[in-house]
Amino acid sequence: MTDLTPVLSATWDAEQSWKLSTYEEHGGYRALKKALGMDKADIIQAVKDSGLRGRGGAGFPTGMKWGFLPPDDGGPRYLVVNADESEPGTCKDIPTMLSAPQVLVEGVAITSYAIGCNHAFIYVRGEVTHVYRRLMQAVREAYDAGHLGKNIHGSGFDLDVTVHAGAGAYICGEETALLDSLEGRRGQPRLKPPFPAVAGLYARPTVVNNVESISSVPAIIDRGVEWFTSMGTERSKGMGLFSLSGHVERPGQYEAPLGITLRELLEMAGGMRGGKKLKFWTPGGSSTPIFTDEHLDTPLDYESVGAAGSMLGTRALQIFDETTCVVRVVTRWTEFYKHESCGKCTPCREGTFWLTQILKRVEGGQGVDADIQQLLDTCESILGRAFCALGDGATSCISSSIQYFREEFEQHITDGACPFDHSASALFEVTESTKATEEAHA
Amino acid sequence: MTYDADTLAQLRKDADEILGRYPVQRSALLPLLHLVQSVDGYVSPDGIAFCADAVDLTSAEVSAVATFYTQYKRRPNGEYQVGVCTTALCATMGGDEIWRQLSDKCGVGHDETTADGKISLERIECNAACDYAPVMMVNWEFFDNMTPDRALRVVDDILEGRDVKPTRGPNKVSTFKETERVLAGFEDGKVDEDQGVGEPTLVGLKVAREQGWKESK
Repeated sequence: MTDLTPVLSATWDAEQSWKLSTYEEHGGYRALKKALGMDKADIIQAVKDSGLRGRGGAGFPTGMKWGFLPPDDGGPRYLVVNADESEPGTCKDIPTMLSAPQVLVEGVAITSYAIGCNHAFIYVRGEVTHVYRRLMQAVREAYDAGHLGKNIHGSGFDLDVTVHAGAGAYICGEETALLDSLEGRRGQPRLKPPFPAVAGLYARPTVVNNVESISSVPAIIDRGVEWFTSMGTERSKGMGLFSLSGHVERPGQYEAPLGITLRELLEMAGGMRGGKKLKFWTPGGSSTPIFTDEHLDTPLDYESVGAAGSMLGTRALQIFDETTCVVRVVTRWTEFYKHESCGKCTPCREGTFWLTQILKRVEGGQGVDADIQQLLDTCESILGRAFCALGDGATSCISSSIQYFREEFEQHITDGACPFDHSASALFEVTESTKATEEAHA
Repeated sequence: MTYDADTLAQLRKDADEILGRYPVQRSALLPLLHLVQSVDGYVSPDGIAFCADAVDLTSAEVSAVATFYTQYKRRPNGEYQVGVCTTALCATMGGDEIWRQLSDKCGVGHDETTADGKISLERIECNAACDYAPVMMVNWEFFDNMTPDRALRVVDDILEGRDVKPTRGPNKVSTFKETERVLAGFEDGKVDEDQGVGEPTLVGLKVAREQGWKESK
């Protein structure tokens, strides 16, 4: 049995855990003071040695990303925190910022010092008012305590932090779209290269990191590389938040070493709802190919999940039991991608539209035999041909669900109807009278 | 622009503060659009002209940005924005049924506002609270673990003029305009209000404490 390892979540149950005073009582800002006495190159090296990989989904080594910045030319360089958490299933950064925003602010200060940044930005999605309040206060309190601002703790290092609210667009989680949005434009991805490290915000060298990645930095500096690498697997080091949602008895945040399995997590979460059978799940959000009960023992690390045909993504474990219609779920995810496609490139803009049309037809019992092959062909036309990862991600759930549940798609077509009772998947009793109304609406 | 002198003076003062946060003025556009919604309740023609003037763009350029983002409304919004998550997971857990009942109750569909201007209803996409599914947002505050009955009660309270309280958030939901002022980056003094940390947020920590697990061995 793998033990849980609360690090980022360790203070979430403290009284007023979001306040600076609470954070400092638990050792907060010790790491910043230590970092300010270190050589900048040593901080970057420590993060490289820790093996910390981006926690926002792509899993790119964080220290290496910092190392890509060109040598200092005297002009500004920026740190931008991606707090635009919007990938379906992903719900780890929001509780982190709500309950412990100071760990993020401390991480921002250390990272900015290491990379030579004097103005950092936290781009938080706009649809979470209370999170934005907590972040604004965290930054204000950090300024008042001298953790931010001019000549931080007498080090000569200056840092301003701006908390910026987005306005509702999943695509802004893509790092270059986020930068365009932060520059006051429509949030559409940029052509790479140049990568943000060379020409990012205002065409200056920029590091874009996820909330959880930056929040992991203070602990690495404070407790050391060896402590961090003692957790996790050979190539997936450290701890991470695993977010269980869906048909489990106790959904929520489980902070564990990378490499824990769903079987272990499910046991801690009290098993499946009402003892029902697991049908399918996502290891890392809706953009990662689905898994089934065959994958209960797959170690949830970057390599093992990849080898099993999916991606660790954001460790957003959306769990569906046997009552769930996979065609319904996949159709709804596809509608999400259609809604969120920015429209910049044809494969994604047109592809997600047509995928939605076909899937809705199949789900509604009006599909034809050729539809399944048409779905796979359309996915093939998008995958690898879209401008950014949104288009690729849109195909994952379709291809993988047809791989594992092809007969269920076929059944919708041959029966001319969905074989499932949707009310059985709901967490509350859906009464007969409401079901009748639902049919009348359909 | 048809703003009266006092409104315009306040807008200019706030815009200056927003512009001061960024090294390049155009970056202020998103918060400025939130600011305009805090005054007009939507991105009005006046608001577009005001933003264009503030960041030195044409009104066409400002409109192009405003229409990209779902939080910017093109028609006067209700006092309360009620969003039901109907992305896959919440929809399956009951979001579809909650949506259906709320839509019936309010007599409006997606992106429509009740005749009394109280509620704008929206089918929203994933709001990063999946461990609390099914989720509803009112003026972008969390209403977790919804059932049709609970959701209907919230809507009833709004329609009858009573305060509503989120499950994670402040003691009462602010109006749409007040909320937009916060999103423009102006603190409203509610930051320390709290309804207690939700069970899903703490569930892993609780297990670890019960088992005596520590993060390092």
